[in-house]
Amino acid sequence: MSRAVLEELQRQFPQYIRETHSHRGDDTAIIDAEGLIPMVTFLREKIPPRLGRMNKLVDICGNDYPERPERLEAIYHLMSTDTWKRLRLRVPVSAAEPKIPSLVEHYKTANWYERETYDMFGIQFEGHPFLKRILTHWKFEGHPLRKDYPKEKRQHLDESAPIEWFGVKSHTKDDGTETLVVNIGPSHPVTHGIMRLVAELDGEMLVDGQVEIGYLHRCMEKEAEAHTWGLVMPYADRLNYVSAPINTQTYAMAVEKLAGIEVPERTKWLRMIMAEIGRIMDHCTLLGPALVDMGALTNFWYFFKIREAGYRVLDRFVGSRLTSTCDRIGGYALDIYEGFEDDVRNIRGVVEKYLGDVERLITKNRVFLDRTVNVGRMTPEQAIAFGLSGPIARATGYDYDVRKQYPYNFYDQVDFSVVVGSAGDTFDRLMVRVYEMKQCLRILEQGLKGLAKTKGQPVMADVQDMTLPPLEDTYSKMESMIRHFNIIYRGERIPAGEAYLYTEGANGELGFYLVSDGGGKPHRCHVHPPCFSVMQTYTDIAKGSLLADAVIVFSSYNIIAGELER
Amino acid sequence: MNLDALWPLIQFLVPFLFMFGFVVALMLPTMIFMERKVSAYIQDRRGPNRANILGIRLFGMIHNVADVIKLLVKEDLEPKAADKTFFRFAPFLVMTIAIMTMAVIPFGEPIAIWGKALHLQIAPLNAGILYIFAISSLSVYGIILAGWSSGNKFSFLGAVRASSQMISYEVALGLSVIGILIAYGTTDLAEMVRAQGANPLTWGVVLSPIGFLLFLTAMFAETNRMPFDLPEGESELVAGFHLEYSSFKFALFFMSEYVNMVVGAAVISTLFFGGWQVPFLSTAMIKQNSALIFSGMMISGGVVLLLISVSLIDAIRRPFFAWGDRRDHEPKVFLPLTLLGGVGLLWLGLGVIPSLDIAKYPWFPVVVVLLLQITAFCAKTFFFSFFFIWVRWTLPRFRYDQVMQLGWKYMLPLGVANIFLTFAFARLWLGWLR
Repeated sequence: MSRAVLEELQRQFPQYIRETHSHRGDDTAIIDAEGLIPMVTFLREKIPPRLGRMNKLVDICGNDYPERPERLEAIYHLMSTDTWKRLRLRVPVSAAEPKIPSLVEHYKTANWYERETYDMFGIQFEGHPFLKRILTHWKFEGHPLRKDYPKEKRQHLDESAPIEWFGVKSHTKDDGTETLVVNIGPSHPVTHGIMRLVAELDGEMLVDGQVEIGYLHRCMEKEAEAHTWGLVMPYADRLNYVSAPINTQTYAMAVEKLAGIEVPERTKWLRMIMAEIGRIMDHCTLLGPALVDMGALTNFWYFFKIREAGYRVLDRFVGSRLTSTCDRIGGYALDIYEGFEDDVRNIRGVVEKYLGDVERLITKNRVFLDRTVNVGRMTPEQAIAFGLSGPIARATGYDYDVRKQYPYNFYDQVDFSVVVGSAGDTFDRLMVRVYEMKQCLRILEQGLKGLAKTKGQPVMADVQDMTLPPLEDTYSKMESMIRHFNIIYRGERIPAGEAYLYTEGANGELGFYLVSDGGGKPHRCHVHPPCFSVMQTYTDIAKGSLLADAVIVFSSYNIIAGELER
Repeated sequence: MNLDALWPLIQFLVPFLFMFGFVVALMLPTMIFMERKVSAYIQDRRGPNRANILGIRLFGMIHNVADVIKLLVKEDLEPKAADKTFFRFAPFLVMTIAIMTMAVIPFGEPIAIWGKALHLQIAPLNAGILYIFAISSLSVYGIILAGWSSGNKFSFLGAVRASSQMISYEVALGLSVIGILIAYGTTDLAEMVRAQGANPLTWGVVLSPIGFLLFLTAMFAETNRMPFDLPEGESELVAGFHLEYSSFKFALFFMSEYVNMVVGAAVISTLFFGGWQVPFLSTAMIKQNSALIFSGMMISGGVVLLLISVSLIDAIRRPFFAWGDRRDHEPKVFLPLTLLGGVGLLWLGLGVIPSLDIAKYPWFPVVVVLLLQITAFCAKTFFFSFFFIWVRWTLPRFRYDQVMQLGWKYMLPLGVANIFLTFAFARLWLGWLR
């Protein structure tokens, strides 16, 4: 990518910019905190159109360098929906006065990301409307992702946040009746996990609400910093455990990008196949329960038949089902098994059979249409303002698919369509996924051809100090054994630097922002989960709808707590 | 002994024992079993096949036993916030009312015995249909009490939903039958069945098809079944009005739903499908050809049992799946029973009955009539009970306001129009048939 945006910024704001670089192709500017607002305003509104307005905030995260005077840092990832250019802004601040102006006014999505960064690093975002903890407990003390917070430190917290903490309260209406405040969750059938919606109900109408997340926060990012690069892989698996292959391969690809490892062609084809299988399984896991929430219980089993066909491949390929950890840094541990192609082709038949049944049961069913059409509508502008991506964003008509706009692996060589909705309602959100499953089948077909073309190639890159040697060599050759030992015990020697890599996860853009200090462990491993920005739209979209609709909207969001809360 | 003094008791006890046995002892477990098994087959899975007594599973029926034991021994929780009196009272109210409705349903032609007519109906009321409406509208009290007394916001919302839904659909329910009430010219259920006759072309469903659809839909709403199960609405209200109930109090709610369904199915078949009327066979015809019909019944029963035996033999020779325990021997236990039963029935139908001089046994035609009509009534009830289950596993749930809209905006006007339509059509149709 050209450095045009960076040069333009240099020209406009030389006083704020401390440093720029384009390490591994990511345009980065390190700027002063006071320069953030003017620069963002410029990037959003006044930048020359040929460079593209940076109108979408993808992600905000923090970082901590204890040895620097300005040890804390907030990292902003911006992108333009016109030219698809991307930009990273890094804003270092001191720990004594960690103050950065809030971007909530500019990008709606900044809200939760700033809360998370405040929660994890204690950076104060000035002007934020509701700067409270989000992932950790409301009474948690300290900021866990700072390097001086010991990983082993435990706090005993068992008191749930009172309703007042959320700022939701019962009101008396004009006719003298009162609204009702209800806790929906943490354990409620619709949350499909643990999540809490504090809802103010007027009869059956949702008037106000606030979501509490964090019940499944497992300190994945903190744990990652304590493990070698390769050993983070199982943690990545458990992010979106519904489509584990996509998570592990995205993490593996992020590390490869940071390290500059080029993987063999066969690995890329294989990764595409695994990703599409994961996508099919993920969509099934959303659609089934979403229909159950509507009371259409039977479809759940039909979708799980499809999912089972996907798991059969994973099971036979890796030996485990849910959290398969099939990827390694540099490729795959093993080549495909005999009969892999047949199992993958079998998915097509299963999908067609059961999807056909579901379509006959549902898509022309008047009850279903009444329940979903025009329920929880979202415009493309809202989708961009909330930084959404994936099926939910595409349902609004905002045509953004990482596989098309930023092709990775061989997605530029395969023929598939991006499924786009028009109304952004619940019906579209569900149907985009149904049709996307059919596109996945097309990609699988072409992926198998690519796999056949590359028969005989290795599936693992061979880079000393970074990728594991083949297992048979480890047991037979001295050098390989030493290399294996080094990588497992000291970690992969990933050169210092930073990289952000994103793929099209089943829910949208799944990104990993990795920082290496040259040691064997990540200095920072931040996950950009697609659900996070989706979840924060919830109260905005569901407000004013009936309770039953609010439930359906939630189901159509596909919130996977594992990746939402990490 | 004075028969006249005992007669009211007999008149009450005989139909009562039958109805109670049929609904509570036979249909209730069957419904729960069917709910599991039918849903399983609809959803492409097996359903209950583990619970067994000495390897006997009865196709999963034994699972009910396990359920009952579980529900009996579970802890009976009562929330602190609950109003204890009403909280305990509500499930009994719901169950009582559910069972009460079946009092007026006739399940056979009155039989002449000891010079008296024995009505096969617990309470031969001349305002039977009104009694049904009166009692079924009471059932909402139990639900409201349960939801309100639980002291839980979700239960409360469920109760509010239940009350408005019931009130709305009672109107449609009442309106939908007025058409056929006019056509039959009576409110006595036994009379209504007799008026429909044995010819299916004069049954309620033909006279008033719209009325039937409206009644069926309203019945779904009244029994809180999918797609009208909003008072429970598990994805929104967790379990709605019975959220706080556990153990046998929960079981009462659970069972009353099925009793409601069976009774609803019985009412539907009584009003629209000729009740105990056997298609094309009037009582007089059955009495005339009782021997022929009886042997026909025996032969077909025997053939069915033999076919089952064949499939059992097949299952023994080529087991579809081996459990590796006593369950594998289950077909071997059933095979002698079905074989014996099949051969026995065939022998009865082909050997015994034709060689019998029927004229010597004046009670024989009465028994055949009774058997056939009760079978017809049970089969119809059974089918509509199955229909309730079938729909549940096929349709999604409505939204609350859509249910109200459907009730008031569509079903109510249609119900009013149906009165005139049915009146006109029934007149023309019946006149043309004669």
